[in-house]
Amino acid sequence: MEPTPATSGVLSVLLLAAALGYLTGAVVVRRRGGWWPAERTISWIAGLVAAMAALVGPLADAAHHDFTAHMVGHLLLGMTAPLLLVLAAPLTLALRALPVARARTLSHLLASRPVRTLTHPVTAAVLNGGGLWLLYTTGLYGAMSDHAWIHVAVHLHVLAAGYLFTASVIGVDPAPHRPGRRTRAAVLIAFLAAHATLAKSVYGHPPAGVLPADARTGAELMYYGGDLIDLVLIYLFCRQWFQAADPARRNRPAAPRIHAVRPPRVLWRLPAEFPLEGHNARDGNRVSN
Amino acid sequence: MSAPSGRNVLSGVLLGLGVAAFVDEVVFHQLLHWHHFYDKSTPAIGLISDGLFHAFSWFATIAALFLFADLRRRGSFNRPLWWGGLLLGTGGFQLYDGTLQHKAMRLHQIRYDVDLAPYDWTWNIIAVLLIVAGTVLLVRARRRPA
Repeated sequence: MEPTPATSGVLSVLLLAAALGYLTGAVVVRRRGGWWPAERTISWIAGLVAAMAALVGPLADAAHHDFTAHMVGHLLLGMTAPLLLVLAAPLTLALRALPVARARTLSHLLASRPVRTLTHPVTAAVLNGGGLWLLYTTGLYGAMSDHAWIHVAVHLHVLAAGYLFTASVIGVDPAPHRPGRRTRAAVLIAFLAAHATLAKSVYGHPPAGVLPADARTGAELMYYGGDLIDLVLIYLFCRQWFQAADPARRNRPAAPRIHAVRPPRVLWRLPAEFPLEGHNARDGNRVSN
Repeated sequence: MSAPSGRNVLSGVLLGLGVAAFVDEVVFHQLLHWHHFYDKSTPAIGLISDGLFHAFSWFATIAALFLFADLRRRGSFNRPLWWGGLLLGTGGFQLYDGTLQHKAMRLHQIRYDVDLAPYDWTWNIIAVLLIVAGTVLLVRARRRPA
């Protein structure tokens, strides 16, 4: 199927709305005298650009007849974009930008049982991995090119499930009832294993309509490209543990992940000022994010 | 064993696993091409165990380095314990791969279309030597705490 202008149009409008919404939020927070880190905004825009590249334009067009191009799109839409969007902390921004009553409704919603179940790492991993499994091992991949609505639904699912999974494991937004690090580590490993296994089985058993040679290149790209993004996920996961386990933090309250006002930047310090043992009292203005 | 010494061994073991996996991936897959990305003779369970090991080894490598940094910042890094763990992790995985995965489960072999005996013996003897060296380091480190 050649992408119809209507599908591309719908997807472009959704992504533009997401960009405008976020930028409005950042402006509202600043006008109120608050602070929102520029790197979060950059991360949000970059995430949307990654998604846009996969959904609309030359890469998306090539993906209709070239499995390797499809896989580049999959890595952008299902892994890169979610990671960048999660790091942009959109919920934190919303909670700060919305009027108090609305923000309270949002935080009640986040704490509600259905959201809690949906954002549990196990649910998110099943939605994310299960979706991919269905896509490549059933006739879904072929059906995608025959029906525009399946095409749109699959892409939205890949992005949403990717976001949900990434947020449940390394999210920086507030998440009431986030499970402990052991659970999250186990789910992360299980998901990465499923991704690698799926990549290898696509290599041996191409989806219907994909030529074996094309499937092999695509599968290797899925495997090694997935590895690169997995490394970033694991690195961020471990760094969060490392920061939380800082012995110097024990005697003072944990700083918020994203400061409400710009924290003073320490541009340089003398070697003697670095806490070697971790037990020394620290200056209070260490930037934690 | 106190918490810091346990963490020293754990960090070493995890990095050892990561090193074993890295050597396997880079030397045998990428450089020598003894292993294949996927041959259709690999049973489904082999693919799953491969995937799990692959994911776990990435995680283990990075987690081990953060654990190492944590030990350093707490001032409780213990070199012999850490090295003992590392040798034990590398050798332990290699022996598991060489005996259970290669021989008992027949998931894959070191290489294909050659007489396997010299390869298997070399592989497993190196594994045992690594385990012995790691154990000696650990026992000595515990007898004479640093």
